[in-house]
Formats: sequence, C-alpha cells, structure tokens
Amino acid sequence: MELNDFVKEFAFQFDDTDPSEITASTEYHELEEYSSLIAMSVLNFVEKKFGKSITFDDMKAAVTVEDLYKIIIEK
Amino acid sequence: MTMKGPFIIDGKSILVTGAASGIGKATALLCAQMGAQVAITDLNGEQLEATFDSLEGDGHQMVVANLTNNDDLQRLIDALPKLDGVVCNAGIIKTILAQFAEKSDIERILNINTIAPIYLTKLLLENKKIKKEASIVYTSSMGGVYNGAIGNGLYGSSKAALVGFVKSLALEVAPRGIRVNTVHPGITETNIYNNTSITPEQLEQEKAHYPLKRFGKPEEIANAIVFLLSDASKWMTGSQLLIDGGCSLI
Repeated sequence: MELNDFVKEFAFQFDDTDPSEITASTEYHELEEYSSLIAMSVLNFVEKKFGKSITFDDMKAAVTVEDLYKIIIEK
Repeated sequence: MTMKGPFIIDGKSILVTGAASGIGKATALLCAQMGAQVAITDLNGEQLEATFDSLEGDGHQMVVANLTNNDDLQRLIDALPKLDGVVCNAGIIKTILAQFAEKSDIERILNINTIAPIYLTKLLLENKKIKKEASIVYTSSMGGVYNGAIGNGLYGSSKAALVGFVKSLALEVAPRGIRVNTVHPGITETNIYNNTSITPEQLEQEKAHYPLKRFGKPEEIANAIVFLLSDASKWMTGSQLLIDGGCSLI
C-alpha cells in the first residue's frame, strides 16, 4: 500500500474529522477525535490490510501519519 | 489426628485441556499435587511435555491434540480412562473491533473457545467417559459475562456461550449426580496476551482498575477449579464462580 492510500485509509477510521484535515504530515495525536478507540481501529485495519501487527506502543511512538506508515512498512 | 475435610481430589481421574500453560498448567499441577491422576492435553506438544514432566505422582497421561480436529478428538477420547473430573480450559483471545471482524475471525474464536469444549463434552458423554458424580468445569471469563471491553466482543461472546451451555447441561446430567460449573477469571497472568496488540504497558495501566491492584495468578484460578472438582462443592451445579480481584465491581 502506498503512503497516499494509507493516509486515506487512516482518515477513514475517523467519523467526525474531515478527511481533508488528515495528511501524511498530520500529527494525529493532536486531532480532537483521536482516542484509544480510533487507535484500535487503526491496529485492526493495519492487520487486515497489511497482514501485519502493530501495537499501541507503535501508535504512541509515531508522531505523524507518515511515521506510522514507516513503522508498518519496516515490520 | 487432622481431619481430611471435603477439599480433596485424591484418587480422582481428571482431564485438563489447555494444560501446556497458564491456568490449565496450574490446574494440572495442583490436581497431581493433591493426589489425582491427570490426563492433560494441548496443541503445543513441547510445553505440554514440560507440564507432564512437572506432575507429581504416577498414573498421569498426556495427549497432544488439536481439539478442533475430529481425528485428534477421537484419539483423545480413546486414550482416556473414565473420568471423575473434566476441566475444559483451552482457549484463545482476540482483540478486534466488531466492524473489523471477518467471518473467519468469528469462526476461529468460536471454534476454539466454544464449539471445541461443547463437542468434547458431547463425545465424553457419548462414550461413557464421565463417571456418576463427576464434576465438569469450564473456564469462561469475566469478560462477556460480567463486563465488556472495547474489542472484546468475539472473545466475550465465545466465553458467554459456555454459560448458556452449562445451564442446560447441568440439568441433563443432574440425574447422574454429575455437576457442571464455570469459572470466570479476570485478567490472569498467563501468556494468552502474548500475541495480541495489547502491550505490557497497557496491562500495567489496566491493573490499576483492579481493587486488589493486581491481576490473578494461574494458581489462584486453579484453586477455584479444584474446589469445583472436589466434594467441597458437592451442591453446586450450573453455577458461575467469579474470580476477578473485584474488577467487575466498578
């Protein structure tokens, strides 16, 4: 999955945040809607779409959406 | 002279599934320590052997088996003596939000946590492997029965289903004096969380929610299971024994 597609999928996990607000450089922890529930959605979609497991610690360690993408790709 | 009391299982023949680790292993070890003859089974042969080697006393047996495989089940049934106790404990955990649960995810957890113990029970009864006055114990969970947690729907439903099964089974086997109960552990320090997205740090945070400020130990759940296997619980059937350090109170 390319970075652009990942950003779209990542944004899709949010209900109230406009997808246009989320880009590769978005610091997602700062988004008002970001929560542990959204984090779990991301973990689940990464498992389904990438076949890879990431942890809440990975979610915590990454600052931007692109950081997270890199963590996944390196797994 | 000291009184032996009703909390005894010596001489009883007891099957424990999922005995390679965690609650199953602790239960098998305690049963053997208390003088029971234990038949242990698990998918993981290497770890099962380690449990087997640690069992005190003689007359024990081990069968490596995948309880979702019919051939393995038949091999297990054929190898077993008549039983005074059965502990259906083998299980897995899967943390996943409902919207991501593929049919294959749902089927996998229900196959292992629900269908396998129910079908094993059917085969044990059909093959007359369960003695009169025996005790059957299922490891259910706090989750799904006493509380919910985000991402725990599949696991919770697989464990809650056992409660429904036990209520009717208890009636079916009561004429033979056979008792059937469930234990409901809160989070217990086992390796069941090793392959989940739950991190050790998160587990530490979770611990703070427990009034007794710690998770359960496999040995503590084993104590409750052995109580249900023993004559001390002779008038208990169809019951749910919650052991959760007070977690579900708040």
